[in-house]
Amino acid sequence: MSGNEIVTDVVVIGAGPVGLFAVFELGLLDLKCHLIDILDRPGGQCAELYPEKPIYDIPGFPVVTGQALTDNLMQQIEPFGPEFHFNRMVNSIEKLEDGSFRLVTDADEVFLTKVVVVAAGGGSFQPKRPPVPGIEEYEGKSVFYSVRQMEAFRGEDLVIVGGGDSALDWTLNLAPLAKSVTLVHRRDDFRAAPASVNEMRALVAKGEVDLKIGQIAGLDGENGQLSAVRLKTADGEISVPATRLLPFFGLTMKLGPVADWGLELNDNLIAVDTEEFSTSIPGIFAIGDINHYPGKLKLILSGFHEGALMAQAAKRIVNPGERVVFQYTTSSTKLQKKLGVV
Amino acid sequence: MKIHVTDQDGKQHELEALEGWRVMEVIRDWDLNIKAECGGSCACATCHVYVDPDWLQKLAPATDEEEDMLDTVGDVEDNSRLSCQILMSDDLDGLKITLAASAAKDEQAA
Ligand SMILES: Cc1cc2nc3c(=O)[nH]c(=O)nc-3n(C[C@H](O)[C@H](O)[C@H](O)COP(=O)(O)OP(=O)(O)OC[C@H]3O[C@@H](n4cnc5c(N)ncnc54)[C@H](O)[C@@H]3O)c2cc1C
Ligand code: FES
Repeated sequence: MSGNEIVTDVVVIGAGPVGLFAVFELGLLDLKCHLIDILDRPGGQCAELYPEKPIYDIPGFPVVTGQALTDNLMQQIEPFGPEFHFNRMVNSIEKLEDGSFRLVTDADEVFLTKVVVVAAGGGSFQPKRPPVPGIEEYEGKSVFYSVRQMEAFRGEDLVIVGGGDSALDWTLNLAPLAKSVTLVHRRDDFRAAPASVNEMRALVAKGEVDLKIGQIAGLDGENGQLSAVRLKTADGEISVPATRLLPFFGLTMKLGPVADWGLELNDNLIAVDTEEFSTSIPGIFAIGDINHYPGKLKLILSGFHEGALMAQAAKRIVNPGERVVFQYTTSSTKLQKKLGVV
Repeated sequence: MKIHVTDQDGKQHELEALEGWRVMEVIRDWDLNIKAECGGSCACATCHVYVDPDWLQKLAPATDEEEDMLDTVGDVEDNSRLSCQILMSDDLDGLKITLAASAAKDEQAA
């Protein structure tokens, strides 16, 4: 076994609101958590799909935005020092002979843990792929849905597609490095921050960025090496020489590897026992939008409740034989010490 | 009240629709290939449809929010709409639409 394994009590898959609050409930019971998420930040759907939209049904918050709720949850769990592993997808879970689990991410990190909490929501967030025939062949070679290293784009002819912040940010950041940048959007109206839009328009006026109003119609190239992007515009089809294509259409949720973990599923959701939110594999729990039971409501509130019950059962697995005494945070100085408030 | 839906494979379906329901809900409840990930909150664009040109003017115009969401799919046409933003009413009895490739569920999408 290699030396870079992470050993912990609990691995939480998914740092959405439910995964985050689970850390709190587990922390009160002294269980240490590592969280893994394919996104680059916490918050799940709240942060990705509606950060600025108000939520009205969180107890005690007449109104709170998706981002503010995420920020508050992060503050609430801080005393428990959860460790986050972002930009990572959990690919596999294997049950070991001693009953613990071995998790491997797409970056080949290995986690050894006694308990796994699947809080994977609607599945992992993945970039939306534009419906262009044959695009798969170019992915990872000439077509990229994110920029990991700017240097990889130096001296290339880039076509960037989209009208949101990612498209505009990368247009501005890569313009100085690239041989050429063509920004393509379906209309001459952008969703991105007005300052970025103004900056982009200035570069277009200077001739440093070419702006085309239209959509991708097709790709030309060989063996995954792109040579041109064909565009459908109001004036008909045009071809833009290109060695790299960066489509930024946002994210969509895909169930992904969750389906392959051997858990009993019910229409792509994980079947659970509502006494402790355990799955068909002892030691693996499922809470939040990803689980299914009769009467399930896909609400943040429900996920919080599920986390509290799950934590009690998780404690019994991590520390068998230790009696769990039920306590309130308001009156228990022991709990308050853990939270760092006394 | 009926709507006529052509799916991604070109197959035609005549669906019974109810007044006040979103067109997305009708398509979903009849088990056609629509992902509708956000459940109708105008937050995903996976309910994208093309509206028959004859029916386009009968619809309430798209809001800025809907246009912004349409930016997040790669197969938008002049007659593109999000079906969760179209409310069924008597005026729309007989509405003709085609499901966009980008509305397909994962299993069917490439
Ligand atoms: C527009 C909109 C409005 C909403 N409004 C409300 C509301 O007002 N009130 C309410 O209660 N609910 C609301 N909801 C629903 C609410 O957002 C969900 O119930 C909630 O986000 C579920 O939380 P979760 O933590 O279970 O999952 P998610 O928020 O989906 O988070 C799951 C996380 O797991 C990650 N993940 C999944 N699989 C993997 C993997 N294999 N490896 C690594 N990471 C993985 C994902 O990337 C994601 O970040 C709304 C939803 C939408 C879209
Ligand atoms: S269902 Fe998500 S935008 Fe219509």
